[in-house]
Amino acid sequence: MTKCKTKKQNVYCLLFLLPSLLGVMIFIFIPFLDSVRKSFFTAVSEKFIGAKNYEVIMKNDAFALAVKNTALFTAVCIPALIIISFFLSYLITKIKCIRLIKSVLLFPLAIPTAAMVLIWQILFSDNGYINNILVSTGHGSVSFLSSKTAFWVLVGSYIWKNLGYTVILWVTGIMKISGSVIEAAKVDGAGEADILFRIIIPNLKPTLYTITIISFLNSFKVFREAFLVAGAYPHDSIYLLQHLFNNWFINMDLDKMAAAAVLVFSVIFAAIVLLQRMWNKEE
Amino acid sequence: MKKIRSASIYFLFAVIGAVILFPVLIAVILPIQDSDELERTFAPLAETGSRYVSIDYIPQYPTLKNFSKLLLYTPEFYKVFWNSILIVGSILLFQLLVAVPSAWAFAKFRFKGKELLFNLYVIFMLMPFQIMMLSQYIVLDGMHLMNTRLSIILPAIFSTFPVFLIYRGFADIPDDVADSARIDGANELQVLLHIGIPLGKSGILSCLVLSFLDLWNMVEQPLAFIKDKKLFPLSLYLPMLDIKNADIMLTAAIVTLIPAVFVFIIGQDFLEQGIIATALKE
Repeated sequence: MTKCKTKKQNVYCLLFLLPSLLGVMIFIFIPFLDSVRKSFFTAVSEKFIGAKNYEVIMKNDAFALAVKNTALFTAVCIPALIIISFFLSYLITKIKCIRLIKSVLLFPLAIPTAAMVLIWQILFSDNGYINNILVSTGHGSVSFLSSKTAFWVLVGSYIWKNLGYTVILWVTGIMKISGSVIEAAKVDGAGEADILFRIIIPNLKPTLYTITIISFLNSFKVFREAFLVAGAYPHDSIYLLQHLFNNWFINMDLDKMAAAAVLVFSVIFAAIVLLQRMWNKEE
Repeated sequence: MKKIRSASIYFLFAVIGAVILFPVLIAVILPIQDSDELERTFAPLAETGSRYVSIDYIPQYPTLKNFSKLLLYTPEFYKVFWNSILIVGSILLFQLLVAVPSAWAFAKFRFKGKELLFNLYVIFMLMPFQIMMLSQYIVLDGMHLMNTRLSIILPAIFSTFPVFLIYRGFADIPDDVADSARIDGANELQVLLHIGIPLGKSGILSCLVLSFLDLWNMVEQPLAFIKDKKLFPLSLYLPMLDIKNADIMLTAAIVTLIPAVFVFIIGQDFLEQGIIATALKE
């Protein structure tokens, strides 16, 4: 590591950093601080009103619905993704053809949502293909997009898209665990379950930390599917924070947006810090 | 026993693979059907009757007519495709120009407040777009950039995600290598150009592949900042078409898919490395 001890190196270091730092200041840090400030003012007349904006959104029904749905969606889809992908990754490490399987699992990541919108409609509409199969096999048809099932369709499409990403992270984590430790345990008479629960899983905590945070970040991108397939006002069960921000933006409810952005930022920030603490404690 | 086990694992993955690829299969089959056949497929979607969509897996009259209709008679498609290329291309180019040197500074220099600054970069890399939407709007509106392509290009250039990914690649380069170049009289820029970039190449390429796939799919930013449909990228223009133009939509979807699949195929190793490099803890 080079200390910026000589003047020349100081200059280079600053030059390297400057373009990014300037851009990040102008487009991220300063405007975000400005929206923190705005959250305590009225949008139009710029009058200081304390926590009034926060009170307003706390009493807002749409905000309550969006928070509830987003929390529920996160609470369902992240554990589901983590468990399914771990199970599959564990199986993958037992067989050959890893590369082919990884390619197939990763493929949906490359597919633009726009290219699939019509396909989702063909599959999931009330008169769609899946209902065709359901009805012709003697089941009742299901209203996938305009009932509570919409929530599960969204969970499914999230897992479809993110399974590969998560499997890659798990498989890398599992492969990193040294084979000699596992061999030694086998010699000592450890069964497969012992190895899985006492060696593999405890060694994967850093991977779990990464997967949790990245999956959370990616969970916000289901808005693409939800919005493009079901529009700005989808069924109540999939009305997410992302829809709310988008609709407030269209209506130029900027003071509400400021308060909500600060609130959601704080929650995510707290969650990251908490996860980090938990991880450090385990060490 | 072991054979039965691995056979059942293969079977499981075959089933999962089929489920994953099924929607893509439909997306590929439909555009080569002729318009009558497509119309029959789509008619039930537009009505409320008791007819259901059925899909002919083997097109009765396979044809490329839809492609020629799209490519020869739909000039606005080119415009939108060009928008996408222009937007994604310029973001990627400038992202690299900005992120590579700063990632190098974070990886190989010591300066006051580095850790705090880097943590801020990571925190904002993890924030969803919706949180930054208002902040970005205020800046863009102040610069009179709303409803221009620049409104989605400029903020994306300064995304902190590429800095983090490329930093990961640079951090793996041993300090001795750079030091020996310095002893030979290279200045810091030469060290970056001749040591950093060649050795950190795979980090940079990983970042390019991951960024490309995400940008080619951008929806939220143009939806918020661009009103004029002529300026939309494909990823937003395509789903906004009327379902009456199903043949155009399906064909355009395939054409949209091609660059992404191409990058996926040639860049899969880098994509995997990029995913692995997002590891926040090691």
